Amino acid sequence: MTTEHAEHTELPEDPERAERTGRARDTEFSYAYAVVRPAAGLDGDALREVEGVASGPVRLVGAGGVAAAVGSVPGREFSEAALRHHLEDLEWLEEVARAHHGVVEFLAARTTVLPLRLATVYVDDERVREVLRGGAGTFARLLDRFAGHVEWGVKVYAGLPRDLADPDASGPSGTGPDADAGPGRSYLRMRRREREDREAVRSAAAEAARRIEEAADGIAVELARHRPQQGELATGSGENVANDSYLVPGGRSEEFRDRVRRATRGLPGVRVEITGPWAPYSFAVLTGPEAPGGTARP
Amino acid sequence: MTASDPIGPSGAHPLSPYGQTQGANLADILERVLDKGIVIVGDIRINLLDIELLTIRLRLLVASVDKAREIGIDWWEHDPALSSRAEPPRDLERENRRLRAEIQELRAKPGSRAALTEDPAPRRRRREATAPRRRTRDEDKGEDEDKDEGRRR
Repeated sequence: MTTEHAEHTELPEDPERAERTGRARDTEFSYAYAVVRPAAGLDGDALREVEGVASGPVRLVGAGGVAAAVGSVPGREFSEAALRHHLEDLEWLEEVARAHHGVVEFLAARTTVLPLRLATVYVDDERVREVLRGGAGTFARLLDRFAGHVEWGVKVYAGLPRDLADPDASGPSGTGPDADAGPGRSYLRMRRREREDREAVRSAAAEAARRIEEAADGIAVELARHRPQQGELATGSGENVANDSYLVPGGRSEEFRDRVRRATRGLPGVRVEITGPWAPYSFAVLTGPEAPGGTARP
Repeated sequence: MTASDPIGPSGAHPLSPYGQTQGANLADILERVLDKGIVIVGDIRINLLDIELLTIRLRLLVASVDKAREIGIDWWEHDPALSSRAEPPRDLERENRRLRAEIQELRAKPGSRAALTEDPAPRRRRREATAPRRRTRDEDKGEDEDKDEGRRR
């Protein structure tokens, strides 16, 4: 790491950097998607097939025995000020996120890949090389760890009580036996039953998550947890109670999926969603002093 | 069937392992490209707090801040990239500045000057601290006297 990097961890403006990033309007920046080994199958024509952010071509920039997949992006869109604005625009964000992901996927289909976080942008390729040289050891180590592995996402949903097998177990229609109990008491009874059902489904879902972890043991080499998806973009029905990623040897993907499916069979009201294979995003996380480029902020 | 794959992204295509998540749902992609992946400092630095990406992320992934806290999701409070709370020294400094400014303001108001010529907080603390201590000392003393009396008997 150069002293210049060290200065970058301090937020107050570094005039040189401000000067360089300030030329944003009419210049192009180097957007880095991922780090790979400059492997066969990635040179020259191969990368022509993929389109990156801003529909631009992708190239390999190598240094220190590793390489970054880089694309040029317009400065007017990726300057600090512009990014600040754009990232709040969901449409823009989706476009860039899908393009970023597209490049990562393309690379992952051909070699081991270390995905970088969205919008890792440098003023030019030379700066990318500097960072590669600075973190070469770390990158190489991670690339070794991920070689031949894929990520599978497993989400567990607790369904609504009405998803339970017994249709009489819930819902406002449960009046029969309570008919003589008066509307107030029957309402309370109904509410209690709903609550019990919800708890039953939740505990079944928790059991599912536990069984999945157990089933994955012996196949998956690592587990990463995401927070459950809850917002308007959460598409699954029911309540997402577990959202985990497993790092699995590529050759055992089918076995992994089968095991997960079998493990959760027969649990009432539980739905399990498996996504992937993903590039090892969820495991490509650096913390602490080993992070190149001075990421580790106190 | 309790285990189900979503249509599309994870349909089994063992022969072409990648490319299956191209059409993946946006939340799945965003939680990976925004939250995961190697973070190295770029030349273009984005202060995620400034751009209120926090709000976006919450909108995307959890219903609301309150709801998130309720169900125990408070990751942003520990994520240095997202939250100033993860940097306590700076936060304390800010709080300190705010309090000082507030005191200045109060002092500037006519009428309140007399009461605020001295920082009131330490004064109150002294009072609180001394009063109970004196009481316990008296009690201790009383007990000691009792014991002494017992011994004397």
